[in-house]
Amino acid sequence: MALSADQIKSDQDIAISAISTASSLEDLKQLKIEHIGDKSPLSKANQLLGSLDASERAEFGKLIGAARAMVNQAFAVKTSELESLRDQQVLQTERVDVTLPTKRTLTGGLHPLTLLTNEICDLFLGLGYQVAEGPELESEWLNFDALNIPQDHPARTMQDTFFIEPLDAKLVLRTHTSPVQIRTMLNEKPPIYVICPGKVYRADELDATHTPVFHQVEGLVIDEGITMADLKGTLDHFAKSIFGADVKTRLRPSYFPFTEPSAEVDFYFNGRWIEWGGCGMVNEKVLIACGIDPKKYSGFAFGMGLERTLMVKYGITDMHDIVEGDIRFSQSFGLGKQ
Amino acid sequence: MKIPLSWLKEFVVIPSKFSNADIANAFIKVGFEVEDIQEQGKDLTGPIKVGKVVSIEELTEHKKPIRYVGLDLAEGKTRFVICGARNFKVNDLVVVALPGAVLPGNFAIAARETYGKISNGMICSAKELGISDDSAGIVVLPAGKIGTDATALLEVNDVIFDIAVNPDRGYAMSVRGLARELAGSLKLKFIDPATLIKSKKYDSIKSTKAVGVKIEDKNGADSIYIRTLDNVNVKQATPIWMQRRIEKCGMRSISLAVDITNYVMLELGQPLHAFDADVLHGGLKVASVGKFQKITTLDKVERKLSGEELLICDDSGPQALAGTMGGFNSEVTSATKKIAIEAAHFYPNRVAKNSRLHGLSSEASRRIERGTDPALTGIASARAAQLLEDLAGAKFIGTTTAGAVIKNKVLKVSVAKIAELIGFTYSSKQIKDSLLAVGCKVIGTGANLSITVPSWRPDLNTTADIAEEIARLNDYSLIPSTLPVGKSGAKLNQLQQRKRTVAQMLASQGLTEVINYPFTNQEMVDLLGFTGDRAKSFKIANPMSEEFPLLRTHLIPGLLTALQRNLARGAKNIAIFEIGSVFRNTASQTKGISPELTKKPGAKVIEQIYAAVPKQMLFVGGVLTGESIKSGWQGKGLNFTWQDAVAKAIEIVELSGNTYEIIGAELAPWHPGRCAELKVGGKAVAHAGELHPRVCAALNLPERTCVFAVILSELPFVKHNHQPKIWNFPAVVQDVALVVDEKISASSVEKALVEGAGDLLESIELFDRYDQIGGGKISLAFTLTFRSPDQTLTAEQVAKFRDSAIVAASKQCGAQLR
Repeated sequence: MALSADQIKSDQDIAISAISTASSLEDLKQLKIEHIGDKSPLSKANQLLGSLDASERAEFGKLIGAARAMVNQAFAVKTSELESLRDQQVLQTERVDVTLPTKRTLTGGLHPLTLLTNEICDLFLGLGYQVAEGPELESEWLNFDALNIPQDHPARTMQDTFFIEPLDAKLVLRTHTSPVQIRTMLNEKPPIYVICPGKVYRADELDATHTPVFHQVEGLVIDEGITMADLKGTLDHFAKSIFGADVKTRLRPSYFPFTEPSAEVDFYFNGRWIEWGGCGMVNEKVLIACGIDPKKYSGFAFGMGLERTLMVKYGITDMHDIVEGDIRFSQSFGLGKQ
Repeated sequence: MKIPLSWLKEFVVIPSKFSNADIANAFIKVGFEVEDIQEQGKDLTGPIKVGKVVSIEELTEHKKPIRYVGLDLAEGKTRFVICGARNFKVNDLVVVALPGAVLPGNFAIAARETYGKISNGMICSAKELGISDDSAGIVVLPAGKIGTDATALLEVNDVIFDIAVNPDRGYAMSVRGLARELAGSLKLKFIDPATLIKSKKYDSIKSTKAVGVKIEDKNGADSIYIRTLDNVNVKQATPIWMQRRIEKCGMRSISLAVDITNYVMLELGQPLHAFDADVLHGGLKVASVGKFQKITTLDKVERKLSGEELLICDDSGPQALAGTMGGFNSEVTSATKKIAIEAAHFYPNRVAKNSRLHGLSSEASRRIERGTDPALTGIASARAAQLLEDLAGAKFIGTTTAGAVIKNKVLKVSVAKIAELIGFTYSSKQIKDSLLAVGCKVIGTGANLSITVPSWRPDLNTTADIAEEIARLNDYSLIPSTLPVGKSGAKLNQLQQRKRTVAQMLASQGLTEVINYPFTNQEMVDLLGFTGDRAKSFKIANPMSEEFPLLRTHLIPGLLTALQRNLARGAKNIAIFEIGSVFRNTASQTKGISPELTKKPGAKVIEQIYAAVPKQMLFVGGVLTGESIKSGWQGKGLNFTWQDAVAKAIEIVELSGNTYEIIGAELAPWHPGRCAELKVGGKAVAHAGELHPRVCAALNLPERTCVFAVILSELPFVKHNHQPKIWNFPAVVQDVALVVDEKISASSVEKALVEGAGDLLESIELFDRYDQIGGGKISLAFTLTFRSPDQTLTAEQVAKFRDSAIVAASKQCGAQLR
C-alpha cells in the first residue's frame, strides 16, 4: 500500500470532522480508537514510513506528523468541551437550597455600654489620652476630701452615697470616677491626659431614668497653659464624635467643689438642649492636695453619665433595658457598628 | 427657690420687652437653672370679686352638709350661692367667682340650680384660683373692699420662677440675691433692698429690758443681733400682700410674727428666729451642747443631743438648734406679747452638722449651710423689727449684739491670669462691669486689680473664683473652642487590652454580655456554698434594699440572676458573660485616714490610703445553658456541656499567652465531679464546669447548667514571642494508645508524655478515649507529632522518642501500652 498526500489529508479531515461532531465522552472514546489509536488510518500510515526510502520518509513523516497533531489537538479540544459539559450536568444534580437556615450557633453581643466605653476610649486615645481605671470600693478621702468635698457637704450624706461597714474604715462605693483622677495626679507628674471610664454608685431607686449603679466617663487634663477654651474645644470634639458632626454644645455656669470655674455642658440634639455632664477648670485646692504646682500647671476635668449618653444616642427610653441583662438587648448591638 | 416676678421687679427695673422666657434664659446664662416657670392667673378670667358673707343657711337634707350663702358684693342686692366649705362665718370676706368667670382647668362658672337652690356664682378656694395647692377650705380674706376685683387684691397674676441654686451661692436663696443676678445678666439697674433698711435707728436703742446675748462657742457664730419688741399683737392677721409673697415662694403663711421672719428671710436671705421673750430665763447665748441632753423642737419632737450640736440657749437650757429649728418651749404663740428676734451669722459647717445629725433640713439651715451674708444680721433683724412695728403694733425695746461683722476681703488679681485660665481676653470694661454687677468693688484698671469682695460672697477667694464671675456674667458662650492634644503613644494598658479582647472573643463566639448590679445577699452566698475568701463579703451600711445588702464576692450570683430573668422571659439557649470587679473582705480592716488638703500628703500617708482600699479582682464569668448548636432541619443540635465551659476558660487563659495546668477540683458551686481548675504558675486562676445539681434545683435552672470564671487580673502578663520557630522538615506522626486507671486524668498522662517525648515533640493531641475496657481502666489514645529543625527524622529516631514518652507515662501514671 502506497502513501499519498491526498489520502493523509483525507484521513485527517475525516478524523477531525468525526471528533468535532462527537456528542459524548463515550463517542469520543470510540473515535479515539478509530482515528488516533494504533489501528487508525494515520497510525497505519505512520507504520508504513519505515518501508520508504529516506527522502520519501522525511517528506511523508512531516505530513503524517502534522496531520496527527491536528487530530490530537481536535481531540483535546473536544474532550475538554465534553468534560466541562459533563461536569456541569453532574454538579447541577448536586444543587442545594443555599437559603436554608445555616447558622446553628448562638448570636452573641457586647453590652452597648461596653461598646460606648470602647468608642470613647478610642476617641481619646487618638487625642493622646491614657485610659485610667481604679477601684469601685474606694476610700472616702479619695472620693470626697481630696476633691474638696468636705465632711458636711450634702453630697456626702447617707442619701446619696453607699457607705461600707464598719464606717470608721471610711470606705464608700465611689460616687464618681473622680478618685481615679486623684490617684492619677498623686501618682504621675504632668502633663496628664487621662480618660477615666467606670462603674459608679449613688443611692437612687431604679426607674426609667435612674439607676443606683451606673457608668461614667471622666476626662482630666493637666498641662501648662490649659484653658477653659481647651475644655470647651475638647467637649465639642467629644460631642461631635459621639452624636454627629452637626451637634452643638454649650457651657452653663455651675458649681462643683473640685472645679473653678465650673460648668454644666449641654448638647443640642434632635431639637432640644440635653444636659450631658459637669466640667470645669481643676480647683487649685485639688491641684495642691495632689502636689501639682498651680502656678505652673492648670487643667480641666469633665464627667458624664454613660447610660444617659447611650439613651440619647440610641433613643433608649427605659433604664431597665440597660440594667436587666436581657440578652435580646445586648444582642441587638452585636459587636458594634462597623 | 421659687420667686415671683412681681417681687423681683421691686429691685430690678425690667423693661417690658423681656418675655418670661428671656428672664428664664437670663438666669440660666449666669448659672441658675430654671426648673419651672408658673404663670399664675394666666388661665383665669373674671369677674372674681371680694364678697362679704351676710347670711348662711345650713342645708342638712343632703349627704354632706351644704351651705346656702348670702353675699354682699355691692350689687345693691344679696347674691346667693351654694358652698360646700365650712371654714367661714357671717361677716367674713370671701372670694366670689361670678357667672362668666373661668377658673383654671377651663372651669366656667354659671348660674345653675343645685341642691334645690339657684347658685349664682362660687366661693373659691386657693386651689380653685390656681394660687396654691390648698383645697382645705375657701379663702377668707383678712381685708378687702366689697365688690372689688379679688384677683388684684390677691395679686393672682404673677410669674413664678422655680430656680435651682447651687450650693456655693447661699446669697441667691433670696429675692435680693436673685434680683442682683438677674440685673447683672440683663445689664439692668439693681436696687439693693438691704440699702433701703434703716437699721441704725434700732441699733442705738439699748434697754435693760432687751434680751441679752453673747457668743459662748466662738466656733459657732461670729455675729448675732437680738431685737426685743413688746406689745406685739400676734393675733393681727398677716396682710394679704405678705401672705401671698410667702405663698408664691413656696412657703406657708403661719402667723404674723412667724410670717415676718420668713418674709425677711425670703427678701434678704438672712434666716431669723422669733423667741417668746417672756418665757426666756436670762439672756440668749450661742453655745455648744455642754451638759444639756435634749431639746424639744418646734415640731414637738424631743431630740437627744449628740454633743456636737450648736445651740441657742438661755439660762435654763437649749431654746433652739441654731440655724436649724427653734425650740418648742420659746415658740411664739397666740399668747405671746414680747418677742426677741434673733439674726446670727452661724458658721455653715455647724449648722450643716445640726441638720445632718437630726435629719432636719429647714429653709433656714439650707441657707446657712450655703453661706449667708454676715453683714445682714443687723439689717435683717432691723427689717423684722420695723415690720413688727408697722404690722403688729409692736413697741421696740432695744438691741443687743455680740461678735462683730468681719471686714470684707480684698483680693489682688492679675488680669493676665484670668485670660490664662479662661482662654479669652476680656476688655477692662467687661471685667469691671461684671464684677460690679456681682457687688465687688474694683480698684485699678491695669494689669493688677484690687477687688473688694462683698460680704455675701464667702465663695470668692481666688483668681479662679473671680475668673468664673467674669466669665459667667459675660456669658460662657464668649469662650472660644480649642482642642489640646496629649502625648503621643497613648494606648490601652495590658489589662484594658485583655478585657477588650476577651469580651470580643466571647461575644463573637455567641455569648452575650450583661452588666449586673454587684449586690448580693447572704442567702445567695450560702446557697452557692461559697466558703473561705469567697464568703467574706462587705456589708453596705445603707443598701438600696435589705434584700441585697452585700457586695458580690463572685460574678456567679449576678449571672445566675440574669439567667433566671432570661429564662423567665422565654429564652432557652442562653450563653451570657460579664466582666467585672469582685469585692472580698479578706484583709484586716484599717481605720480610714483623712489628711488635710493644704499640701500633698507624704508618700507614706498616700501608701496608707491606698493600702486601706481592699484589692478588687477583675473577673470574667459566664453561664451556659440550652443548646450550643441549635436543633433544626439538619437534625438534632448539641447541648452546652461542662466541656464548653472548660473550653471557654482555657481559651481565655490561652488568649493571655499563659501556659496552664488543668486539674479536677471540688469547689462549690460547681458539681464536685465536674469542675476543672486551671492553674498558672501554681495559682488557681480559673474554674469551669457544671453547676452543682442542688444549685440548679434551688434556683430553678435547667439541669446541667454550666459556668466558668476566670480571674483576668490574676493572669500574669506574658511577653509574647513574636518570632515563632517555623520548621520546614517533614513532621513524623506517632499514635500511642495507653491503658490507665480511670482515676488518672488525661492531663496528667499528656503531661507525662510531653516530658518523656523530648524537645522535638511539636504537638500532642488526645484523639480517643475508651472507657469500656472494664476493671476500672480506660484507654487514652494520643497522636504525637515530631519535627526536627535540621533534618528529616528517621523511623528509628522517632520510635525512640515515642518509647521514652511511654516510659514516662508508665512511671508517672502507671500507664501501659494497649
